[in-house]
Amino acid sequence: MLIKKIILPSDDNRWKLINATMKRHGYQPNSLIETLHTVQETFGYLDEISLKFVALTLKVPLSSVYGVATFYNFFNLKPQGKHTCVVCLGTACYIKGTNVIAEEIKKEFKLSMGKTTESGNLSLLSARCLGACGIAPAIVIDGEVHGNVSVEKTLEVLRRHENDN
Amino acid sequence: MIIEELIEYAQKLHLREKTGKHEVKVCSAAGCLSLKSEAVADELRKKIAELGIEEEVSVKPVGCLGLCSKGPLVTIDSGNRVYQNVKPEDANLIIEKAKTDPQSETDKFFTRQQKIVLENSGQVDPEKIHDYILRDGYKALHDVLEMTPQEVIDEVTISGLRGRGGAGYPTGLKWNTVAKTGNIKKYVICNADEGDPGAFMDRSLLEGDPHRVLEGMAIAAYAVGADEGYVYCRAEYPLAIKRLKNAVKQAERAGVLGKNIFGTTFSFTVDLRIGAGAFVCGEETALIASIEGKRGQPRPRPPYPAEVGLWGSPTLINNVETYGNIAPILRNGGEWYAAIGTEKSKGTKVFALAGKIVNTGLIEIPMGISLREVIYDIGGGIPDGKKFKAVQTGGPSGGCIPEQFLDKPVDYESLSELGSIMGSGGMIIMDETSCMVDVAKYFLDFTKDESCGKCVPCRVGTVQLYNILDRITKGTGTMEDLDELDDLCDLVKNTSLCGLGQAAPNPVLSTIQYFRDEYIAHIVDKKCPAGVCKFHTHAETGKSEVII
Repeated sequence: MLIKKIILPSDDNRWKLINATMKRHGYQPNSLIETLHTVQETFGYLDEISLKFVALTLKVPLSSVYGVATFYNFFNLKPQGKHTCVVCLGTACYIKGTNVIAEEIKKEFKLSMGKTTESGNLSLLSARCLGACGIAPAIVIDGEVHGNVSVEKTLEVLRRHENDN
Repeated sequence: MIIEELIEYAQKLHLREKTGKHEVKVCSAAGCLSLKSEAVADELRKKIAELGIEEEVSVKPVGCLGLCSKGPLVTIDSGNRVYQNVKPEDANLIIEKAKTDPQSETDKFFTRQQKIVLENSGQVDPEKIHDYILRDGYKALHDVLEMTPQEVIDEVTISGLRGRGGAGYPTGLKWNTVAKTGNIKKYVICNADEGDPGAFMDRSLLEGDPHRVLEGMAIAAYAVGADEGYVYCRAEYPLAIKRLKNAVKQAERAGVLGKNIFGTTFSFTVDLRIGAGAFVCGEETALIASIEGKRGQPRPRPPYPAEVGLWGSPTLINNVETYGNIAPILRNGGEWYAAIGTEKSKGTKVFALAGKIVNTGLIEIPMGISLREVIYDIGGGIPDGKKFKAVQTGGPSGGCIPEQFLDKPVDYESLSELGSIMGSGGMIIMDETSCMVDVAKYFLDFTKDESCGKCVPCRVGTVQLYNILDRITKGTGTMEDLDELDDLCDLVKNTSLCGLGQAAPNPVLSTIQYFRDEYIAHIVDKKCPAGVCKFHTHAETGKSEVII
């Protein structure tokens, strides 16, 4: 009997993690989103090689994989900076002024939403409500939620991250 | 297995833990965690060890205690006073309070609430199944398996429970439709894609008491004849996902999920699916597409998912909070539940209070109490001596309710009569410093970004609505724009494919209806009464000009 083997794109061990997710779901096409989650967790973003690998292995057209990857806001097709700052733009945070904080960050670091500074140290992202409305305005820096933040405090922390070598 | 065996199993796990006579419960939900509640818990543990009183007092991390703005919160044993703004240096005082007689709660924020869905939240350790079982957990599921599925559905119908996701469709009726499809493969889905900005009820319940939701799903599965279920949770809630995964594993080990539950022929497995940041996936047909691994785009209904759902099979989709109501209804009877609330809106509703209000946080109130009681008695009113302007309910699908309607009761019908909706439970309070045109623009900015692009009225209409509002906030709007808004809202509302588009004009319509003077001030006087919108006037002509 001929055993068909999954060919990983390289000998990077991280591909095994991605293969493991697909294997757990029996390589079913409907595990596409779950698989893309694993790719992003593992590599930080979805690049062309990984999209092609997933498409081939799950037997989903590359166009559909790309369609799904671009439809959902959570997936990044570009690498993120060393530090990330997510500004919550949910209603409670907006009412309490996170839009002002976002504007100040953009001005200070010459950034726009979803972009990374030239040094590659800082990415600015936005979220549509973190569910932390009780402590609005809220931002997330490197995965940690900060509540009741002010413009000055935020800029101070971000300046430190931007100058991080 | 019988219920006594399950309780014995839970007690064994409980004894292994070596808990003290009194339990100091430290809130470990997102709000308190960001206010460093872990440091409080660590200090308490340290002090208890120093004093050598582990048998008398122990520390337990719990889910949301509700009053997020005054965290870190700590409470002792069950149903006693909640201590606010606790710092690590208060450890000695808290331990002293734990040893002496417990004090009762006096803060209106807590005393005016009635907890059914959240009764365990803030009491049980969400990562331990035995804690839940010892508070009557999975008892309803056990008892239900001795009833016929139809009897279960009848009980839910009697309770008058309506969908807590926002639309308020009678839950019993939905279950009946799925049950009637016959003896074929069926699915049960829990919609935990809480996308409304300003809402965090489902997150708190999943983080604070995940087993309650799983028990509700299992009962629903038995009633409609399903054997497989999915929880679709948004990726923005990593802690909720972690606790759910843990809860599913524990429930399978305890034999309350999986094959032959309680030794009967009923089997039910639950799997998790993680969303990827698309608001439209809260719509049931889009959610199903997303579970199937596709782009989350809705399809026309009928057929409804109750008949043709996940992979073409009949599928029951309910919201997290709806499932949270099921176990108490079956435990206490549908009539008990129906006695709470108003004629058409039964039971309690969980709300997330946020915005310009003193007590921000999570509350559960009986249906029918007035908005004024919610905002002033429970919420503590508006901070900094500012004046109340509006309360926004229902997120991007809802509207803004002004002061003159504050005495209206909170129920499905009253809120929709006012041009808003009950929604999933986000309640944002705005004071005089919020501009209502800007708020409408904010919501349209949200819906235009989140429109999936499938149908034209929503894809194009929301962008046009946004553009007009943008013009008005920049001082270049005209009175014709107001009529245009009216017409466009009507079109988008009546011709969009799914709920996202159909409800997208609500924030515009309600602000025009109640705050027309603010729109006119922007258009005619080129002024923003709240001082939010900035106008740029031409130095010579004095006329406003567009800045790009």
